[in-house]
Amino acid sequence: MSTRQFGARVQRNEDDRLIRGKGRYVDDIPLEGALHGVFARSNVAHAKITRLDVSRAAALPGVLKVYTHEDLGSLDMKMPLLIPHPCITHGRTQYPLARDEVFYVGQAIAFVVAVDRYVAEDAALLIDVEYETLPVEIDLRRAAEPGAPLVHADVPGNIAANLVQESGDVASAFAKADHITSITVHCERSTAAPMECLATAARWDEVSGELTVWDGTQAPIGLRGALASLFDLDEHAVRVIAPDVGGGFGPKIHFPYANEVLVPLAAREFGRPVKWIEDRSENFVHMTHERLQIHDIELAATRDGIVLGLRDRFLHDTGAFIPYGIAVAQVASCQIAGPYRIPNILVEFSCVYTPTVPVTPYRGCGRPQANFAIERAMDQLADELGLDRFEIRRRNFIQPEEFPYTRPNLIFADGLPVTHDSGEYEQALRALMDALDVDAFKADQQAALEQGRYLGLGLSFYVEGTGLGPYEGGHVRVHPITGKVFVNTGLTTQGQGHATVFAQIVSDQLGVAVEDVIVVEGDTGVYDWGVGTFASRAAVVSGSAVHKAAVLARKQLIDAAANMLEANPDDIELSDGRAFVAGSGVDGVTLAEIATASNPLRYAFNKAAERATQFAPAARSDGPPLAEGAHPGIEATDYYAPPHATWAYGVHGAIVEVDPMTYGIKIHRYVCVHDCGNMINPMIVEGQIAGGVAQGMGGAFYEKLEYDEDGALRNASFMDFLIPYATEIPHVEMIHQETPSPLNPLGIKGVGEAGTIPVAQVIASAIEDALRPLEIAPIRKVPLSPSLLHSYVTEAGLRK
Amino acid sequence: MKPSAFRYALPSTLRDAIDIRARFEDSVILAGGQSLIPTMNFRLANPEVVIDLRKLDELNYVRVADGVVRIGAMARQRVVEQNDEVAAANPLIRETLLNVAHPVIRNRGTVGGSLAHADPSAELPTLLTTMRGAITVCGPSGRRTIAAEDFFEFIFTTAMEPDELLVEAAIPALEPGEGWAFAEFARRHGDYSVAGVAVTLKLGADRRIDRVRLGACGIATTPALLTECERFLTGKSPSPELFAEAGTLARDAVTVSDDSATSKVYRQHVLAGLVARNLTTAMTRTDGA
Amino acid sequence: MTETTEFEPNALVRINVEVNGRAVSEEVSTRLLLSDFLRHQLRLTGTHVGCEHGVCGACTVHIDGTPARSCLTLAVQVDGCSIRTVEGLANADGSLHPVQQAFKECHALQCGFCTPGFMMAVAGLLDERDDLRTAEDDSIREDIAGNVCRCTGYMNIVSAVRRAAELTNEKG
Repeated sequence: MSTRQFGARVQRNEDDRLIRGKGRYVDDIPLEGALHGVFARSNVAHAKITRLDVSRAAALPGVLKVYTHEDLGSLDMKMPLLIPHPCITHGRTQYPLARDEVFYVGQAIAFVVAVDRYVAEDAALLIDVEYETLPVEIDLRRAAEPGAPLVHADVPGNIAANLVQESGDVASAFAKADHITSITVHCERSTAAPMECLATAARWDEVSGELTVWDGTQAPIGLRGALASLFDLDEHAVRVIAPDVGGGFGPKIHFPYANEVLVPLAAREFGRPVKWIEDRSENFVHMTHERLQIHDIELAATRDGIVLGLRDRFLHDTGAFIPYGIAVAQVASCQIAGPYRIPNILVEFSCVYTPTVPVTPYRGCGRPQANFAIERAMDQLADELGLDRFEIRRRNFIQPEEFPYTRPNLIFADGLPVTHDSGEYEQALRALMDALDVDAFKADQQAALEQGRYLGLGLSFYVEGTGLGPYEGGHVRVHPITGKVFVNTGLTTQGQGHATVFAQIVSDQLGVAVEDVIVVEGDTGVYDWGVGTFASRAAVVSGSAVHKAAVLARKQLIDAAANMLEANPDDIELSDGRAFVAGSGVDGVTLAEIATASNPLRYAFNKAAERATQFAPAARSDGPPLAEGAHPGIEATDYYAPPHATWAYGVHGAIVEVDPMTYGIKIHRYVCVHDCGNMINPMIVEGQIAGGVAQGMGGAFYEKLEYDEDGALRNASFMDFLIPYATEIPHVEMIHQETPSPLNPLGIKGVGEAGTIPVAQVIASAIEDALRPLEIAPIRKVPLSPSLLHSYVTEAGLRK
Repeated sequence: MKPSAFRYALPSTLRDAIDIRARFEDSVILAGGQSLIPTMNFRLANPEVVIDLRKLDELNYVRVADGVVRIGAMARQRVVEQNDEVAAANPLIRETLLNVAHPVIRNRGTVGGSLAHADPSAELPTLLTTMRGAITVCGPSGRRTIAAEDFFEFIFTTAMEPDELLVEAAIPALEPGEGWAFAEFARRHGDYSVAGVAVTLKLGADRRIDRVRLGACGIATTPALLTECERFLTGKSPSPELFAEAGTLARDAVTVSDDSATSKVYRQHVLAGLVARNLTTAMTRTDGA
Repeated sequence: MTETTEFEPNALVRINVEVNGRAVSEEVSTRLLLSDFLRHQLRLTGTHVGCEHGVCGACTVHIDGTPARSCLTLAVQVDGCSIRTVEGLANADGSLHPVQQAFKECHALQCGFCTPGFMMAVAGLLDERDDLRTAEDDSIREDIAGNVCRCTGYMNIVSAVRRAAELTNEKG
């Protein structure tokens, strides 16, 4: 009997290639004779283009063409608004290349195609462009105020969308409350900064009329649809391949970026492959951003700390356009009540245009901001009521017996009301308290303080709606020659280990080794039903679909093997790549033999195939070679459409020390208790969490895109936008809890974004705790630089 | 992010390098390239000529003699850092180098390149200045040696003439019993610091401070010598209070104003702390401490 | 060769380099970065380019045995040098270098983009330090700071460094 692979720490199938330098990222695809594209980008935030002359650039030797919007023909159109929503009253999206106006620094105005990247960059600098600049307002709060300069002349107040959702009766809850606490919190603008920037390569095959696009996207099927529409091609004539992708974290779900339009266009025009590989400096001003939100949140509570109502009004900075709709704001609004029962919720947001890079989801997608708001507010409520921070949370948790717990009328990103499906919130909190030994810490803290050292403990409880629909598919096929199993989904992977976890799921059903399951994703030429990799959904949605398909394939294998072995299907076991009669001690047949025998053949192209040819004894039958409704081979496809999101959760806590000399923070311990339902591969789950925590640390301490008042991005490089190195990230201790989701056959919940969500609050809460003796004002803003902390302490000193 | 085209010169002698330097108005020196090539990749520098000094073995040396550590301009930072003779003569050199960027950068980066780049946030210019080292340059009219204090004139600006090349850095050895310390604080490991402080400290027979050197990076438009602190400390008996007072006194040396990430008062606060802390460290390394 | 030479902008210069033990003689443009030379001229695409300003370390290769940023080096600068890239890490028989083995065992990679540069930096570290098996986290972290990984949160890379040291030791 094989051991169960689901739940095992299986090493990854994908690693061997990657550690040998044999990965294939877009820029690694060998494309003989490829031309290289470079965009010329606006260096002003908002302006009319008064002159655009590309003649000097076009005349440079080695340059084939410089495209401006005038060269785009029917493609000179507004790009789609991908997720329409009725509340988007003023949806604006951009053109592939700016027409007569630019709206942010970095907007593409021309596209140079040249023999290599060096020459293309030379040419881009020869483009003559003159602007008549327009006034800008970068500050989110001020941009939403009357009289602010408008990003789009026809969008009053810079408001793209406004949504109010009420669950319960908030006015009554506030009227009944003993205590109301209200705070304003602020999360800064950031960027995902995947190690591989965006990348597109395209080849237009003159003979077949097919367009092949290699693209570092999280949504090849969606992009294929967009390209087929834009270029007016049949879908089968467009193949989008997301090969190895060097990290995604959200922004690569967005499409089509200008490059995804211009590169295929140029490939068609020149009949040669064309490549555009985004460099780091343009990644900062081109690939979409996230995170800037300002929340005004109020909690209405009893004197015992039971929260009766929550009101949150927030501004969401959507940048200069809103191509991905309200997704980020909507997701934030739906996790605003966290793990707490809070029966009455009113949440309102406005998506505000600012003359900056457009905003789409980045790992967490609004959840880090919402978590920061609710958890900061809970800390403050605890303070104001004189309650312990752990205790106030405990008192408000949704209890295990209350699941499924629905928040009526609070509509999530899947169009359905928020419904927490399962969880053991209090147990998780207790696990954290035990791990951190909270009582012992309090003594340590006091003792340290007496030596002039500032220790603090912080915590944050998060929930995450994961595994959104609409659906994904899974395709499983046993290879008749090798007996290996091919698995396809409509997803892509940017490092999450799909080739391993989906293989584990299939391995358990078909009794094959994990390394004999070959997962191929991200290629519309191979499989093209599905949506994409986002919202911590791959394991939940595709994993379930793959499981269902594998169950079907298992049945086919067993039936065919029973037939071959002249046994009862109930007695057939699948193990070690074979089917055999349980307890018979006989070898049985291999999967390859079964797959071969299941495919009626005319030609004996190998030894095994002889058995399936029409004169072989095993193939004899009275009826047609394939019965009505049967299909050749061992192959199955199935789909999974979740009834609604499944809610993962967890609680992180940290013990930190603030150095009063530098205001540098030393994280002595960082503990993460999490529950993503049943884990397919704990090693990979831990990797996802650790990586998420690291990005959360970035958001808590370092990562802030700094626009100046004119709309220039001042820190558009890795020298100035500080991505943490190993020295900035603590060791993360992990405690797993597994509460299965009742919504899918494997009981799994998503984990991709989880690690990122609570970190800013953990840090803020810990630092606040550490510096309590200095009476600093509550922390309401991230990232927290040492300089900022110093100013808080200085201000507290002045107040005294 | 690719460099613009340039004329590439590969001199085989210092003489030839100087000749080429003199022939063109807009040339840059390629030593280790760890600062130059990024600026070229960003096209912030688009030089007409790049003069690659990699063949100049005559500038690639480290010598310790007569109480002086002499480092040829083309000596890699990592080589100097790992040179035990250098560390024995002046352990402040190794301690400072360990704070320069990351090991992989130091593998290529040269001492001369860092000094000629004259970034006031950088560690090596501060080391030279603090140690009252000297920098030798060579031009068409020959060699001359400039005191480090006079060499660094402004951000990215030195006392070298456009046709001169930096050829050697000379750093005095520490005297027996002399303590030392270099430490800095950066938001992210290996980055340019909020402030960094170099210290040497020697006690007299009377246990009073006989000689102290104090310099800082990241706080002004040049590497900063904290001469007032040095004067204040000299002749006094070391104590935590004295060192704290020296730190307070150092605050005035901060001349850079607020930037978006770092306020001036915060920088002053860090500097004050580092001065006190590094003096303490140096003290523990003095003879008989 | 001891003569002083000068080349016009965009001139092609012949360089002789040993790459992963193989002698290579190629003409390169004077402004060609070593990273582009390896990737696009020699088609050794295992070396990745993450920032082209020396911060991320994805492009790390060994030049004459020591790790260096190939994006901060011109191809002409390595004339006469020996270069080792990730493609030259495994043994000739295909068996993995300890650092490769350790990265796989410890799940020290996710998307794999930073991995080649990271492994080259760690391979250099293994040559330099013999105390890594028992080294504290903080000391390992300091030595691998200089390479950015955006996926793993570094924890497993720290473990992989220790494991690689162990494997190196086992091999003797």
